Amino acid sequence: MSVSLDKPRGPAPKKPRDLRSAEEIKVEKKKGRMGLYLILPGMAYMALFFAAPVVVLLSMSLFVKPEGAEIGEFVPGWNWAAYGDMLGHYWPVLVRSFVFALIATIAALIIAFPMAYLVAVRLRGKPLLKGVLLVLLVAPFFSSFILRTQAWKQILADEGFIAQTLKAVAILPQDASLTATPFAVICGLTYNFLPFMMLPIYASLERLDVRLLEAAGDLYASPVRTFAKVTLPQAMPGVFAGTLLTFIPAAGDYVNAAILGNNRDTSMIGQVIDSRFFKVIDYPGAAALSVILMICILILVLIYIRRFGTKDLF
Amino acid sequence: MPQELPGDPLVRELITAQLASQRLARNAVSRRRVLAGAGGLGLAALLAACGTKPKGAGAKLSPAQDLSASQKELNWANWTLYLDADDDGKYPSLAAFTKRSGIKVNYSEDVDGNDTYYGKVQGQLSRGLNTGRDIITLTDWMAGRLIRQGWVQELDHSKLPNVDKNMLQNLKDVDFDLGRKHSVTWQTGYGGICWNKAKYPKGLKSVSDLWAPELKGRVTALDEMRDTMGLIMLDQGVDIARTWGDQEFDTALDTLTQQIQDGQIRKVQGNSYKEDLISGDALAGIVWSGDITQLNAENGDQWEFVVPESGGTLWSDNLMVPMASQQKGNAEKLMNYYYEPEVAALVAQYVNYICPVKGAKEAMEKLDPELVNNPLIFPSEQDLSHAHVFRSLTPPEESDYTLKFQTAIGA
Repeated sequence: MSVSLDKPRGPAPKKPRDLRSAEEIKVEKKKGRMGLYLILPGMAYMALFFAAPVVVLLSMSLFVKPEGAEIGEFVPGWNWAAYGDMLGHYWPVLVRSFVFALIATIAALIIAFPMAYLVAVRLRGKPLLKGVLLVLLVAPFFSSFILRTQAWKQILADEGFIAQTLKAVAILPQDASLTATPFAVICGLTYNFLPFMMLPIYASLERLDVRLLEAAGDLYASPVRTFAKVTLPQAMPGVFAGTLLTFIPAAGDYVNAAILGNNRDTSMIGQVIDSRFFKVIDYPGAAALSVILMICILILVLIYIRRFGTKDLF
Repeated sequence: MPQELPGDPLVRELITAQLASQRLARNAVSRRRVLAGAGGLGLAALLAACGTKPKGAGAKLSPAQDLSASQKELNWANWTLYLDADDDGKYPSLAAFTKRSGIKVNYSEDVDGNDTYYGKVQGQLSRGLNTGRDIITLTDWMAGRLIRQGWVQELDHSKLPNVDKNMLQNLKDVDFDLGRKHSVTWQTGYGGICWNKAKYPKGLKSVSDLWAPELKGRVTALDEMRDTMGLIMLDQGVDIARTWGDQEFDTALDTLTQQIQDGQIRKVQGNSYKEDLISGDALAGIVWSGDITQLNAENGDQWEFVVPESGGTLWSDNLMVPMASQQKGNAEKLMNYYYEPEVAALVAQYVNYICPVKGAKEAMEKLDPELVNNPLIFPSEQDLSHAHVFRSLTPPEESDYTLKFQTAIGA
């Protein structure tokens, strides 16, 4: 198209169908191309790091192990049975993963919402305090994920302060533990994904117009009703984004279950995929499980979006 | 030239089985199959999926040209805390080696587990590509896998006189590498049992003692199959170094599953068990000897380690040279160097595992007399006779047992 760029400016050529001037067309075209250029790196990135791996994952999940194969030796094939096998073996682990992720998401929402509200709405006039609190909320997440999870193990240890206190007041039986339990794993998940819940809600609430709250009060709405009719709807995009950002990674997480769990009733699907891949060296099985996990999350998220989705977000 | 088989019928049977499985593996490879895997989750698998073969896959690998004479460099991948280090994070024994030989060694602690390291490099190793490491350090069974798959170079024992002279006798005869053609032991250690002396004064004598009601929920076990299963099998009277099969394995697995389901075993885990011992969450368990020596040194003498009466497991980590390395000569010089008793004593003083080098005990007298009588560093003949190496598994056995074990530990 460089030819058209070289043309001197002049009256629009007579083209009855197109009423735009040459200049306008040029700008339009340039705009279109510019958009394309801007989108290219993103597309290339997605193609290289998302689309291609998914294709590899799908094909790998269908590979078969030849008779008398060496460890790690698989040949291309169409072994759809791998999906049935994996699902048949590991559906309880899959269900557990989603239940844990769901509980952690709800807990994170309950914890994060008031915190976000405090910082975003109540502290509007105090930028310094607000800034300090925001930094305090995010700062722990500058340190390593693994280390923070290890720290939870120490905090909840049998001979640690919390477990001892709970035992002293007989809330926890003497021979019970806090770590190596589903409770510890859910605590870890909740804690580790808290910022992903808090920050979107904070961003939504920051735009909340407090005059609306006053107006609701003036119109004799109770605080509860004001919250339900005014605050919550305004915060919904944040809540929606936060729940997705918490639930999806939590369902596939394996670090929390590996560090804080046991070997009986806390295994999550991420651990199984890890063990299938690195220990059992069953690459097709691990790939099939990964695909199953992706499909399950996709279905759950689609249902969620259809049911609760907001237009603001999509 | 074929090696003469030993007289013992059991050993003979084992070796024959091992050789048969090797032949099987070789045939499988010669049928030009595509090796796919961790590295295969890259382009190679994509290509394979499209019906093309990655270059070199399936072919028998041959060693790369040795440039040791002209290039005085060596890259060594090892586990963490596995070589004598000073306070500045430098390695005195390695510096002395460089000074003497002129070979510059790039030492990296990038082996974080046998399985994960294998997962990381197998794509390259299987194609004979250079991983940038001239020596890799892996445990017996994984070393056996690499040797069987033909991914590591044969060593020239005429360049390894110290190794031949000083290696402990029972490490010379290993079923995964007959005649030590491809590997040299780095360090070795026991899998055994330990307990917290103050909180469980009763102590332990056997693996079954771990199932005492007082220890419910306070027992840790290793996620390394060969140690945990090996110790349970020994406890049940199985000679893990010789012939045993599905039945013996399954019986031991039932015990493990039962103890996990009953909540007796708190957790089956890797190196993180040390934190459980320190925090007191675990009062006893199946552990590695060297760890307990180190823990006792750092936290006051709190734990006692024993090899159970029925026997403990003996594992080793082994130095090997990948096919694509061009520094085999330099690697052999380094292996030979670390088999000098004085050098070995220097390493043993720091890492606290069993020293595989004869004569290091005498050298330690000058270095650190306190450690000379530590049976976990310099075990007696009698101690060693209690320790057994888990026999090599055929590829189908390895897949099958690993899957069963992983299922039992909830993954």
